[in-house]
Amino acid sequence: MSKKSNKASKSIVPTDLALDFTSKLDYAPAPESASHIRLKKQYELYINGEWVKPVKGGYFETFSPSTEQSLARIAEATDEDVDKAVKAARAAYENVWSKMPARERGKYIYRIARIIQERAREFAVIESMDGGKPIRESRDIDVPLAANHFFYYAGWADKLEYAFPGKQVEAIGVAGQIIPWNFPLLMAAWKIAPALATGNTVVLKPAETTPLTALKLAEIFEEAGLPAGVVNIVTGAGATGAAIVNHPGVDKVAFTGSTEVGKIIQKAIAGTGKKLTLELGGKAANIVFEDAPLDQAVEGIVNGIFFNQGHVCCAGSRLFVQEGVADKVIRKLKDRMESLIVGDPMDKNTDIGAINSKEQLKKINDYLKIGVNDGAEMYQPNCSIPSKGYFCKPTLFLHTSQSHRVVQEEIFGPVLAVQTFRTVEEVIEKANNTPFGLSAGVWTDKGSKIFNLTSKLKAGVIWANTYNKFDPSSPFGGYKESGFGREGGLHGLLPYLKFS
Amino acid sequence: MATSKTSSKAAATKPAVKAEENGSAIASAPQRIKVLKTYKIYIGGQFPRTESGRYYPLSLSNGETVNVCLSSRKDFRNAVVKAREAQESWAGRAALNRSQILYRIAEMLETRSAQFVEELVLQGSTKAAAQKEVETSVDRLIYYAGWCDKYNQLFSTVNPVSSSHFNFSTTEAMGVVAMIAPQSSGLLGLVSVIAPVIAGGNTCVVLASYAKPLCAVTFAEVLNSSDVPASVVNILTGETKELLSHFSTHMDVNAIYLCTNDAAQKKMAESNASLNVKRARIEEELDWNSAVVESPYRIMDYLEVKTTWHPIGN
Repeated sequence: MSKKSNKASKSIVPTDLALDFTSKLDYAPAPESASHIRLKKQYELYINGEWVKPVKGGYFETFSPSTEQSLARIAEATDEDVDKAVKAARAAYENVWSKMPARERGKYIYRIARIIQERAREFAVIESMDGGKPIRESRDIDVPLAANHFFYYAGWADKLEYAFPGKQVEAIGVAGQIIPWNFPLLMAAWKIAPALATGNTVVLKPAETTPLTALKLAEIFEEAGLPAGVVNIVTGAGATGAAIVNHPGVDKVAFTGSTEVGKIIQKAIAGTGKKLTLELGGKAANIVFEDAPLDQAVEGIVNGIFFNQGHVCCAGSRLFVQEGVADKVIRKLKDRMESLIVGDPMDKNTDIGAINSKEQLKKINDYLKIGVNDGAEMYQPNCSIPSKGYFCKPTLFLHTSQSHRVVQEEIFGPVLAVQTFRTVEEVIEKANNTPFGLSAGVWTDKGSKIFNLTSKLKAGVIWANTYNKFDPSSPFGGYKESGFGREGGLHGLLPYLKFS
Repeated sequence: MATSKTSSKAAATKPAVKAEENGSAIASAPQRIKVLKTYKIYIGGQFPRTESGRYYPLSLSNGETVNVCLSSRKDFRNAVVKAREAQESWAGRAALNRSQILYRIAEMLETRSAQFVEELVLQGSTKAAAQKEVETSVDRLIYYAGWCDKYNQLFSTVNPVSSSHFNFSTTEAMGVVAMIAPQSSGLLGLVSVIAPVIAGGNTCVVLASYAKPLCAVTFAEVLNSSDVPASVVNILTGETKELLSHFSTHMDVNAIYLCTNDAAQKKMAESNASLNVKRARIEEELDWNSAVVESPYRIMDYLEVKTTWHPIGN
């Protein structure tokens, strides 16, 4: 299929301008060493500061998506285990954490940040093994950001009275937190750091395909001497998550994941008085104007959709290119895609690693069929992909329209739907024509146009002449069906506080 | 139902009967017939009757009965269409302009306070309580008028990110808010919940108190003469029981406000809100005179935080 569409694309490129990729230099493999990684064969639940076996004795395996090999056996928490964890969190809240001076609370969180920094490489390697993301990303983005997140919120612990002028604030109590598999450690940090800084205690469930770094994080809590029960890690799939959401002892639920599950959670806690934060799906528009710096824009498009294999809720999965530069941008984009290296996540040269799971790969492949069947033109570069493991070539869908499913639905993979536009009004209308509203990108050299677009795009995060940037001090979260509440920055404190 | 009209007409013609009894019936023409007010709803800057043609009778303290529109799902849907049309331009107004318009509402309410006092008394208030309710309502509007061009400075941040980017977070309106106003307080409760919503650049469709709807309809007349653009506030009268499911399930509504002490209603609103991830703002009846009702955080309840990044460089 890729061959066929490749041919079609070449027809629009003048031969003298086409780049020759057959003579490219190959990179020698540069694998990151995993020799210093210590993984247990089996991980128990981390409840009340201890590693405890699941009451019902169930275990599941976590696999490396790049080798399809099992990495460890993981305890499966049932209602009984979640009940124990919530009770431990409640006791820790009432007896220890809420009574501790805020400054001391902050110092524990600082300790956590420092130990993550000390053990950064270990975490980066495990993150790439368990989740399939390129080591370069886990090493340079996920792990440092996670440490910084703890460091940022640690300092808030004894300064909360300055955060919301005119209001006295207090902790909510026990926070039940459910996180996805795309940024396992980083999402754990996004959830745990503000919850602890504001004086809450935590029961956290990592995703079933990527539990390892959250469990390793529990080791750091032990190392930091964090009082027992302040953070409890329970592993399992959807049923474990439901047990947390529905537990009457949980005062606050924070969920990052699909819009579908987010809606189920919102419905489930209706009438219970539990506070809720939802960080859900997206289908972000990445908009390139004629006056944009095109080479930078192409880098931004690539980073927007192929970062982390496209397993990013804020991925720029809908590209809008202004007609006058469409041919040029698409040619440059295809050329850039030819040079992307898809393969071993542990190789430092790898740009696109493994798809997180077999199920996710199937979902992406289904969407590729849907896109073709709906009449869009599919393009994939001529890269090779490993024979073992779950991999997907970076993919473009050209000539798509608003009604195409690959334009409307979140694919959560390295798949970009491309549309063109003529006027500013047209692209604003098209960009906002989605139930989602998490993020958007704008590429133009004209400042007034940037501010016009950023104020009219209905999304919680707008990247202008950049994309997929994150920072602990920068609030993140969506409009509309992309959820509510913010994580990061001063605004990220509010979901874990109540006004007294 | 027919008796209601009869009774109010009887009241209106009373003076004429009195004149006859005095024996001067032949000399004097009948005294002036009182013109009765039709209480209509407010959609898109106009005062239609409910499309359903239905009404409910409302007994007043003077013994009269009036017919109040029993609004339908279709009325609500029409109002949401209007509210959506108006939202972007309302949010796009200069904050100072929104501030002046809210202040203008207060001016109009103040100058018509006698009428509101009279209506509150007709709905069972004492004169003193009615006077206080109107005055507090005016003051509440002025309180929120003042916030229009200030809350964004309070809630916005410039974020010191580590990379070479300029990064700031600012607030924007959520969009269209469907509101079930307090039942206990026909004017002050209504004004207190609408003011922060429109101060933040949202538009709304509000269901007035079932038992105390008169001031809501008259308040619509105040809005209509206060430079508030048509469709920014739409006011319906009717039953929570009938309309709550429609308010909470509508897919083009961004947030729902519900004031109730009824646990089943709360649950229904929150549960239905999940259909399109509506923001549900639910609170119990409270003393609308109390200071807690005046807070910029009640505006923030209807704001989204937007963060913008831009590289710093040459």
